[in-house]
Amino acid sequence: MNERFMAVWGMPILLGILTTIGLISALLGDGLWDAVSALALGAPVAVGGWFSLRRKKH
Amino acid sequence: MSNQSLRRWSWIHKWSSLVCTVFMLLLCLTGLPLIYHHEIGHLLGNDVEAPALAPELAANPPRANLDDVIAAGKALYPGKIMMYMSQEIDEPAIWNVTLGDHPNDEHYKPIAVDARTAKVITEPAFEGGAFMSTMLRLHVDLFAGLPGMLFLGFMGLLLIVAIVSGVVLYAPFMRKLEFGTVREGRTKRLKWLDLHNLLGIVTLVWALVVGATGVVNTLADVLLKVWQATEIAAMLEPYKNAKPPERMASMDAAVKTAMAAEPGMQVAFVAFPGTPFASPHHYGVFMRGDQAFSSRLYKPVLIDAETGVITDHRDLPWYLTALLISQPLHFGDYGGGWMKFLWAMLDLATIAVLGSGLYLWVKRGRKAKAGVKDSVDAAQPAQPAQPALARTGESR
Repeated sequence: MNERFMAVWGMPILLGILTTIGLISALLGDGLWDAVSALALGAPVAVGGWFSLRRKKH
Repeated sequence: MSNQSLRRWSWIHKWSSLVCTVFMLLLCLTGLPLIYHHEIGHLLGNDVEAPALAPELAANPPRANLDDVIAAGKALYPGKIMMYMSQEIDEPAIWNVTLGDHPNDEHYKPIAVDARTAKVITEPAFEGGAFMSTMLRLHVDLFAGLPGMLFLGFMGLLLIVAIVSGVVLYAPFMRKLEFGTVREGRTKRLKWLDLHNLLGIVTLVWALVVGATGVVNTLADVLLKVWQATEIAAMLEPYKNAKPPERMASMDAAVKTAMAAEPGMQVAFVAFPGTPFASPHHYGVFMRGDQAFSSRLYKPVLIDAETGVITDHRDLPWYLTALLISQPLHFGDYGGGWMKFLWAMLDLATIAVLGSGLYLWVKRGRKAKAGVKDSVDAAQPAQPAQPALARTGESR
């Protein structure tokens, strides 16, 4: 597990964990649990949206 | 990763995706309106609302006798028999009653009956109206019944293979790139390759979960048949030579009996004799808990349809519990409005992954024609004019 590994897999692993938290949290309860779920599940959407829609300046 | 294994994984990724992509696009497109079926039903005027009660009643709404609720539905279709009656967890004022010509009638009549006054509210549009019904059938079974369901389940398995092989290929593609790099200004194909990798990896866990739970859902009918052949059959052992019930016991009394047997639980739905959720001799009263998680799980209470006495109540077997838990995880209907929105966004991202994958395959480019698999382009340094995937296949 070297630096390169984390550079490639760090973000995917983080997003995977957040997605999992988001999917499970709302199953366990309502109210706060739903809010946690929305934030956690929002992470992959936000990251995907940010990197695919941003335009680099040339 | 060696060139050979890279080539192997590319082959797996290419073919598993190619076979399922068209169907997955269809499922993503039809799934989108299904996420918002409540809102669409509201817009189309197909949703059912319980009428307001007189103020003196509204404070403490009465509960109508269930036998009167059933009678109200039956009065509309005297020739038909009861199949199911159910309540949504957030709408205790309505009983959804279904009547059919026989216990497995696919063209059943849905009727909404006021649970407080036992008056018919309306006959709701079948499966939410023509549009939603078409979306649902395309999504569930392609209008082809059980074979269609199982076929889509198989396509879902291929999707899982495609996702896993895609993850394996992600590392060699990203070896020298920062996360989220989208190389613009070079070839269009390169940009879409980067977007494919980016959106594929961010939707990874969601797509795996929705794909896998979708596969489980396609097995619903099969699992139900297994349950009937094993547990229901065991519960029916004492009824081997019994004639079908002649006189039906009071449903109101049966439900009260069931609620007394399972305190703290609510009735989710009642299956009438002969339906897949009951037996020819029983009412199947399916109870659910009142907590976020327990409300997803059912506990069946089987009640003799002639005597109204409890025959058996037991927990669902693990495979039906798995089915019930897989449903919310597939539908995204358990976390409120934000979850629905995120479900729709992830669905759109998946459409982009599928579409870009197809595009990348169509635009394999000159390399493919030259007989070199583009995704496994070997260790040679790229020619300046063709920088596209030169970095991908270097052996370690």
